Amino acid sequence: MRAPIRAAALVAATALVAACSPTNQPSPEPYVPPRGVTETEIRLGTHQPLTGPASSYSRVALAMKAYFDHVNAHGGVHGRQIVLLIKDDGYNPATTQTVVRELVEQDEVFAIVGGLGTPTHSAVLDYLKEEQVPDLFVASGAGSWNQPARYPGTFGFQTDYTTEGKIVGHYLAEESAGEMVCAFHQDDDFGREFVAGVEAGLGTPVALRQSYITSNTNVAPQVQAMQSAGCTVVVLATLPSFTAQVLRTADQLSFRPQFIASTAGSDYATVGAILGVDKALLEGLISTGYLPIATHPDDPWIALFQRILDEYGDGGEVDNNVVVGMSIAYLTVQVLQRAGREITVDGLITAIEEGEFRGPGLVPFAFSPTSHAGYSGGRMSKVTNGEQNYFGPAYVTDAGSAPVTEYTEPAAVPPPDGIPTP
Amino acid sequence: MTRFLFLTIDGLAMGAVYATFALSLVLIWRAARIVNFAQAAISVAAVDVAWVVGSRVGGWWLGLLLAPLVGALLGVLMQRFTMRRLGPERHLDAIIVAIGVAMVVQAGLGMVFGLQYRPLPAPVSQTVLTVGGVPTLSPYKLVVLGAAALLGVGLALLFSRTALGLRLRASALAPEVARLLGVEVDRMTTLAWGLAAGVGAFAALLVLPTGPGLHPTAMDGVFITAFTAAVLGGLDSPVGAVVGGFAVGLVLNYVTGYTDEPNLAPIALLGLLLAVLLVRPNGVFAGPTIRRA
Amino acid sequence: MRAFGQPTSPGARGAALGLVVLAAGVVATYALPGRLFAIGQVVAWLVAAAGLTILVGQSGQLSLGQAGFMATGAYATALTQNALYAAGFTVSPPSGASGRFGASAAPTAAPWTLPVALLAGAAVAAAVGALLGLAAVRMRGAYLAGATLAFGLIVTPVTAVVDGLGGEQGLRVHVPRAPDPLGTAVGEGRVRVWVALVAAALVLAVLVAAVRGRWGRTLRAARDDEAAAALVGIPVARVRLAAFVVSAATAGLGGGLYVYLTGTVLPGYFGLTTSLFLLVAVVIGGAGRLVGVIGGTLFVVAVPIVTTEVMAAVNASPALQARLAGNAPLALLGLCLVLVTLARPGGRLAWLRRQVGVRRGARVGSPGVHGPGRDGTGGKPPTRHVPE
Repeated sequence: MRAPIRAAALVAATALVAACSPTNQPSPEPYVPPRGVTETEIRLGTHQPLTGPASSYSRVALAMKAYFDHVNAHGGVHGRQIVLLIKDDGYNPATTQTVVRELVEQDEVFAIVGGLGTPTHSAVLDYLKEEQVPDLFVASGAGSWNQPARYPGTFGFQTDYTTEGKIVGHYLAEESAGEMVCAFHQDDDFGREFVAGVEAGLGTPVALRQSYITSNTNVAPQVQAMQSAGCTVVVLATLPSFTAQVLRTADQLSFRPQFIASTAGSDYATVGAILGVDKALLEGLISTGYLPIATHPDDPWIALFQRILDEYGDGGEVDNNVVVGMSIAYLTVQVLQRAGREITVDGLITAIEEGEFRGPGLVPFAFSPTSHAGYSGGRMSKVTNGEQNYFGPAYVTDAGSAPVTEYTEPAAVPPPDGIPTP
Repeated sequence: MTRFLFLTIDGLAMGAVYATFALSLVLIWRAARIVNFAQAAISVAAVDVAWVVGSRVGGWWLGLLLAPLVGALLGVLMQRFTMRRLGPERHLDAIIVAIGVAMVVQAGLGMVFGLQYRPLPAPVSQTVLTVGGVPTLSPYKLVVLGAAALLGVGLALLFSRTALGLRLRASALAPEVARLLGVEVDRMTTLAWGLAAGVGAFAALLVLPTGPGLHPTAMDGVFITAFTAAVLGGLDSPVGAVVGGFAVGLVLNYVTGYTDEPNLAPIALLGLLLAVLLVRPNGVFAGPTIRRA
Repeated sequence: MRAFGQPTSPGARGAALGLVVLAAGVVATYALPGRLFAIGQVVAWLVAAAGLTILVGQSGQLSLGQAGFMATGAYATALTQNALYAAGFTVSPPSGASGRFGASAAPTAAPWTLPVALLAGAAVAAAVGALLGLAAVRMRGAYLAGATLAFGLIVTPVTAVVDGLGGEQGLRVHVPRAPDPLGTAVGEGRVRVWVALVAAALVLAVLVAAVRGRWGRTLRAARDDEAAAALVGIPVARVRLAAFVVSAATAGLGGGLYVYLTGTVLPGYFGLTTSLFLLVAVVIGGAGRLVGVIGGTLFVVAVPIVTTEVMAAVNASPALQARLAGNAPLALLGLCLVLVTLARPGGRLAWLRRQVGVRRGARVGSPGVHGPGRDGTGGKPPTRHVPE
């Protein structure tokens, strides 16, 4: 360009910029919906083990969808329908990589909700962070989802294993002086984190640790070891199928300690179904929990979930998977409500970090700018006369060094139509 | 000492199951020179079907009769509709087809029966009997041992003493010659498949009451361990399969029981396998290697 | 393209295939931008499957544990990459994340660390392959299959038992992000797939050249008739070991590429399913055929995606969806495997016999020996050397 023309262009450009500078602009920037959000819908995705070794959790997805369908029938959230895309990963992290990328890049979801499985979800943490996709309410009790500095968009949901273990350890410290406390755990992070929590709450290491791997269902060697060591209390960090195995094997060996099981493996309906005629072995089992127990049809939340399942689900009964799925969906609706109509990724994260979401949980969420952990505690439960019931107060703590304290707020009741009030 | 005795006895009881399943793999190997990757899925399907009847009428004992029959039928169907079309040369293809069949069967079971574990109760008590302070076996595990032993003896007699057994062996080892002598080789091959699948279903029915129950993937672990056992003992040797099965059962128990680190068990199995195959590349009970011209 | 009667050199053929794969892959990354990761996975697995098809088809050794070598290479790559990063071989990061996620202002690994890490992965996998191979070369058929199966199964246990491997949750790997002009122009995801494509092209070129040349002939000779091969001076055991090591090395590279693609390493990536899927890719493409294994790998990665999408399009009631979901795609995949395999024309044997007619005269008296096929790649091994 010739010099004079160039100069004129420069002047014009400067004038234009000056005219548009913030100090001169009275109107705010128009809202641009992020990926996955349109006028009429908001798209969410989840990866679930619908087939493969963890397929016994497959109803969580169904329950999430059923609850969202219920909300959609009542107008959705801020006028948008919630579309949930469910993809099977067969509990294989390589498949999780593929399907989560499909969800983000092809299906263009706004957020991932309720991704299930510890090894499977760990595979996609970094990807979701890179792509700046909110990663909400992971359905696993590992502590890895609570790293706000490293994974700002990832939030946990369940009470993590260490927190839960601390509550169990605290209970044991108070109630079981003189008992020989042993631990039987899955030989992975779930088992190790839970037992670490128990030992923290107890104040001392357990007397004997035995573990199992999921590829071998014969647990007789481990049970016999605990029996001959003289364990009187056995803490279990087991999946439901292995809870059933250890209860049966112990009974076959006439070994009858007090079993205390992590909530991951103690759902009465699930383990009872596996035990079949041996269901009586569950008698006396102590556990923890932070959601309503699925076998209580009179609990208002369970009744609500059953109604929704009847209308939008597979017509089956509410079990623990359904309770978890619908609770995740309920919380999702709450955070979407709070994030407002003009929802953005940053806005959503801020909304969640405000915390104070009341729902089916017995304890509060630990969400804050410095914590992305989900539920922060639980209540002890016991199976008496074939019924699993909570007893005692609820407790809250964390995965670190906070003490175990009682939480005395009463549980919330569900709103009449089952949809949270903003 | 008590611990050692317990681990040994319990290991042998598990070993009996691995031995039985390994036998079914050896049977197909000898007949068709392939490893049937669909064996686990077919066994579970057979037990599932048998239990649909058995849970209403006749219990586990009826299942003991029905499951092998259903298994045999499934094995025959698989051979007739897929393996037979491949011919004797396409061994790699046969493995892929078996994998495909396994997927279809497992998916089908998932669709029909759902994906939760369904209990399969044992016919007799599973309480472990204590002898002189040493926990030994439960009555059910005795039944397992007894049934496996009977099956082993029965198969041995079938193959060594009966005309049918002779025809089966001839069809496997020297099909051309057998044909010349009037043996219907195709029919024998089908029969071998049926027999093998029936034995696999029998093993599944024995082991599943000791586990969490029925599930489409319930026999996958046993299959892999039994395959290792069969290789260890020699794929051509039924005796090898049995010894291999017991050996593997023991190793798993000793490693799990004495190291308190169950993850070492698969590593130990690999070590054992390599050690054995280094010295006897065709398994412990390998016959002399025949070099065919 | 060639003068009548003059064969193209193996090197040229190899280079041609490599270039074709590279070009096709790059085009695919633009044609199917939503499937970038799937393309990357195909490429990473192709590298591993290429080595496996040589091992199974050209060398006649059946391995069910290829994923075990992928894991070996993957973890070696991951640990090397992380060690280099920790040692300070970093550069400032490219521009990228904004808002709350902007915490990725951390430096990124220097680009040269990637090839070093990948080579380390391949080398370690090769070393482990050599160790295992010393035992494996004495085994045949199903026994080798059993041993390699057992090897593949120790991946998860080893990561659980050995410290520093991250257990079932694996490790984050500080792989280099694409430097600025390239990354912003093309996209980080695409750059990673391209790197994988270059590696795959190189591997394929080298393998094709080797297989069509002297090495391939030696492999096939040792496969077809050990005694005869030994008689003409071929060190059969060493040849088999070399094939085993090459296959392990390619698997290690494939594993390392997968680490680069995902930025993570987990034992769950390398289970029995992966080993079996690689074998499926090999067989569907024709064991020993490097061109075929490309199609086989595409098949194995694409079919599950397609069957899932087909099922998702089916509008069923929630109850039926619950039953079908997941199960139906699995059933469809299995059905595809069965039908495709059954439908392949009666084995490579028939086709090869026709080719062998001209060359056969040179070898006397050994029934069932295949001369080299017209394009030099092997077909199925003859009857007697199938597992005894």
